[in-house]
Amino acid sequence: MNFLTIIGEALRALRQNRLRTSLTMLGMIIGVAAVVLMMSIGKGAQFKINESIESMGSNLFIVVPGATSSGGLSFSGTIKTLTVGDSEAIAELPYVTATAPVISGTAQLSYGTNNWSTAVTGSTPDYFSVGGWSFDHGTFFTEADLRSAARVVVLGSITATNLFGDQEAVGKIIRITNRPFLVVGVLTAKGQSLSGRDQDDNVFIPLTTSERQITGNQFPGSIRYMTVQGASPDVMDDAENEIIQLLRQRHRIRDGMENDFTVRNLTAIADVASGAAKIMSLVLGAIASISLLVGGIGIMNIMLVSVTERTREIGIRMAIGANRRAILTQFLLEALMICTLGGLIGVILGIAGAWAVSELADMLIVITLGMVGLAFAFASAIGIFFGFYPARKAALLKPVEALRYE
Amino acid sequence: MAAVNLDNMTEHLIKIEKLCKSYRLGSKSGKIIENQVLFDVDLTIKPGEFVAIMGHSGSGKSTLMNILGCLDTPNSGHYWLAGNEVASLSNDALARIRNQYLGFVFQGFNLLKRMTALDNVAIPLLYAGMSRGKSRERALEQLRCTGLEDFAMHQPNQLSGGQQQRVAISRALVNNPQLILADEPTGNLDSKTSGEIMALFETLNRENGITIVLVTHEDDVAAYAHRLIYIKDGRVVRDENQRTTSATDEPISQ
Repeated sequence: MNFLTIIGEALRALRQNRLRTSLTMLGMIIGVAAVVLMMSIGKGAQFKINESIESMGSNLFIVVPGATSSGGLSFSGTIKTLTVGDSEAIAELPYVTATAPVISGTAQLSYGTNNWSTAVTGSTPDYFSVGGWSFDHGTFFTEADLRSAARVVVLGSITATNLFGDQEAVGKIIRITNRPFLVVGVLTAKGQSLSGRDQDDNVFIPLTTSERQITGNQFPGSIRYMTVQGASPDVMDDAENEIIQLLRQRHRIRDGMENDFTVRNLTAIADVASGAAKIMSLVLGAIASISLLVGGIGIMNIMLVSVTERTREIGIRMAIGANRRAILTQFLLEALMICTLGGLIGVILGIAGAWAVSELADMLIVITLGMVGLAFAFASAIGIFFGFYPARKAALLKPVEALRYE
Repeated sequence: MAAVNLDNMTEHLIKIEKLCKSYRLGSKSGKIIENQVLFDVDLTIKPGEFVAIMGHSGSGKSTLMNILGCLDTPNSGHYWLAGNEVASLSNDALARIRNQYLGFVFQGFNLLKRMTALDNVAIPLLYAGMSRGKSRERALEQLRCTGLEDFAMHQPNQLSGGQQQRVAISRALVNNPQLILADEPTGNLDSKTSGEIMALFETLNRENGITIVLVTHEDDVAAYAHRLIYIKDGRVVRDENQRTTSATDEPISQ
């Protein structure tokens, strides 16, 4: 019997038992759909996290004043020990490209009749390059603005939308705590940061302007924190040591005393976050694979029942000339067809489900050809694996015993 | 593994020597309990014969039939089919013999359910490697010969017993076998239909030269055969030729 004819016989057998075939297939459909859906959700989350890591800027440290903990209490960021001078000194280090000292507060903004309350960040022009910001309109403020404490402002995209709607913002005057500021730039939206904070709802002004006119400063020259950009990913550890050594020296901390500042490597934090996302997507895939496995066992179960029920048919086929290979191939093909067809429908349903989730839950879904192929190949492998035992059982039946079976 | 040669012109189509068959029922306290069904059976059948094997139920006649049809294997003794020692043949070779050389007709018809008469007749051709389209043509031709052309697209449960048996005979004949083995072919049929089926066998034997071996316990069915072999308790007790004209002289149905 040639292969094409056996395919025909297998198809005929599946058609004769439509209900059973479709119920068995359902196990496979659900399994494959679950794998595709779960993997696309996992991949989406991973993609999203990587995106916010990239938006953060690369090779970054955050230096905050105060030790991380003292006697079990966290004092991070509460002590005013870090200064603009520290920031300038760190910028001179060999493994450091740039630094940006930051003071921040919140303030009321208005343009015409529009009001908006938002975070005001005071920093230097380097802030934008260190943080990896780009501009939709205009540009950043200059060193000259910084020196003269000019009233210029760069708007985050959400703030710009809230104050100006669709209008052009650059060149307009807005009021911050009732003082007029000239808008010089509007930033490109970045989305959420790793911690879930919106990075686009804010405004940026020169550090000096902020200190003198907006947030005020109890200790002139002190800063809230600074971001430091390392020269390359390979020298991050060296850069960290340099910063610590320099700051200990400048702050006159003796050996054995704790630092009065904390250096955080953002790249390390990002690695942890993307590692967690990878694990989540693996776990989702593994859970979904279990349903695929259960579907496979369902196929084996049904095929075993089918072999038992069709024992007499197998006997008749053998009596009129079927050899063992023909019987084996037919039953194996039946299992394989259930799996591949089920897998195909499952892939379609999985993609549809992923689309529905992204529409309804507003989640980012990533579907790759690789994972669709993987789910489909896995389904076929399950068909062969779980179909083989029943098929072999059928093929090894003795003709006379199979014929006598009632 | 010996090669099969089915075109041998041998004196004996079937030759059996000291054939024994027993079934293992189980084991009790280390001792194997067996039920012996055939005891040292010797038998030869020449090409073109029409043989009836008779005996009561449990006599071993069906077991003998299954061994003749290469569906079962003996425990000891020899069986040559067209000069080939059956015990030395592979499973694939046996499958090919059942497909090409033998035709089976069963008491319960053994047609595949939910499949048309045409498809049922075509299956042996498919296993012989013929394409689906060609096999259907050939099957239809065969059904025409047995007068079932109009029922080709009917499924077995839409046919009468006699029609089903004729479909089964068509299936047995479709690969032009040398030997037809019929196990109580009229057991499920009324006497009129039985007569028709037996007449068909007689024609096949007389006009096509097909060797026919049938198992029955009914004297009037056996009367169509030219040679009667009686089996009792697993042994051949009588082997006799009868008048070749008996079937036409004494019809079964009155």
